Amino acid sequence: MNGLTRGSAAIVGAAESDIGAVAANMSPLDLMAQGIHRALADCGLKLRDVDGIFCAATQARTSAMSLCEYLRLPAIYTDSTIVGGSSFEVHVAHAQAALAAGLCSVAVIAYGSTQRTVGRRQASAREYNPYETPFRPFLPATAYALAASRHMHEFGTTREQLAEVAVAARGWALLNPVAWEKQPLTIAEVLSARPISYPFTVRDCCLITDGGGAIVMMSADRARAMAKPPVYVLGCGQAITHASISSMPDLTVTGARESGTAAYRMARLRETDIDVLALYDAFTINTILFLEDLGFCAKGEGGRFVSGGRIGPKGSLPVNTNGGGLSYCHPGMYGLFLLIEAVRQLRGECGARQVAQAETALVHGNGGVLSAQATVILGTQATL
Amino acid sequence: MANAPASPLGVYLEHLGKGELAYQFSPDANAAVFYPRVICPTTGSDNLQWRVSKGLGTVYATTVVTPQKGDPYNVALIDLDEGFRLMSRVEDIAPLDVCIGMRVKFRVHAADGDDPPYPVFTPTDGTP
Repeated sequence: MNGLTRGSAAIVGAAESDIGAVAANMSPLDLMAQGIHRALADCGLKLRDVDGIFCAATQARTSAMSLCEYLRLPAIYTDSTIVGGSSFEVHVAHAQAALAAGLCSVAVIAYGSTQRTVGRRQASAREYNPYETPFRPFLPATAYALAASRHMHEFGTTREQLAEVAVAARGWALLNPVAWEKQPLTIAEVLSARPISYPFTVRDCCLITDGGGAIVMMSADRARAMAKPPVYVLGCGQAITHASISSMPDLTVTGARESGTAAYRMARLRETDIDVLALYDAFTINTILFLEDLGFCAKGEGGRFVSGGRIGPKGSLPVNTNGGGLSYCHPGMYGLFLLIEAVRQLRGECGARQVAQAETALVHGNGGVLSAQATVILGTQATL
Repeated sequence: MANAPASPLGVYLEHLGKGELAYQFSPDANAAVFYPRVICPTTGSDNLQWRVSKGLGTVYATTVVTPQKGDPYNVALIDLDEGFRLMSRVEDIAPLDVCIGMRVKFRVHAADGDDPPYPVFTPTDGTP
């Protein structure tokens, strides 16, 4: 048990900052502030209403402290837990707990990165690991490629099946006006693209963009008075299995099994109850692993499961409807964008890519190199 | 209380300097521990013994990195017969020919200037 109560808190505001390639000399803090401004406008609150800050960044070592200075919010509750890209799914659980405990009443979760503008090396410097760095792994891609190699060996997963994930994401991106990628993509183009770390080409790997955003959370009681229908937090779960890929117990099984089980239990839902999925697709193997570990298909079946466009716009299971980290936006850490898209789907705001009658969404964040897994299940008023 | 006489990494590198691949063994957990640590992550005990591996292992996972400059190279995870896993590379073979399940043998890549020694592997050519 995680001590959280199903539906006790809700997301009431959500917005991206500028994304893609932002103006020269924008800072990560500028993007966080821009996201907060837009997310507060989305729900009808003002900056002075905020009394809880949850944030993480690779370009600001003490991001919560810096954000409090920027916003002149000196005496508020802060949490800058950072476990990589899934930090923001962890923040949702932490914010839900803080709201329930009365530590804050309006919680903002924020992110910002200028990774594309300043360069990847500059934006997230790698720590020296004496047991890995000498072998020059191209991280994070090499770590995920190692997992893919093992999945291919054990289950017969093919490069074409991996490419299906990228092609599906691109299909969704073409329906999202703010997505980075604007051109169609084929399986053959994925396979023949520039090799990065076998079996991955550059099209198996997430984008490198700028971007940021914010979401606003409140207790469910107060949430109903906001401008738009609340999106309730029905379930949360987390699991950390390792930090570096050489310490991952089994490269074909992720901590999403544990985080998903915990989230389903809290939400009193199962995978067949989920209408729309947002799975952290930093690399094509991710989506396959998470579909398996979250129960949408059996272990080892993920490659066959995604074949034939099943998770694309014309398929039967809507996954990463914004175009994902592969084709929409991926500014270093992507977890917040999964939450923003899920909120928009549950509000019915997604236009051409809207999933009909979406009442439940499963958001799955991934941090590090398949290291920190965090699942959040969201639902509309009808699911309470 | 006196400080520890040597760090886990320091002992590991000292062995590598002698051409040995060292790892720790936790008697209480009856299991190998790698990377080297101050306490056993299974039991929490600081009772850890140093052992020297026979240097034989099996490729668990493998990839080939294609850098923007320079030649492609192998990165692999190797399962040593004593029951621990490490990152390394397999040499003396084309990077894409390294395959999962291949039997490999340790050799040391000697220290080079400020760069410490590290373990690499070569195919065993059929010998177990």
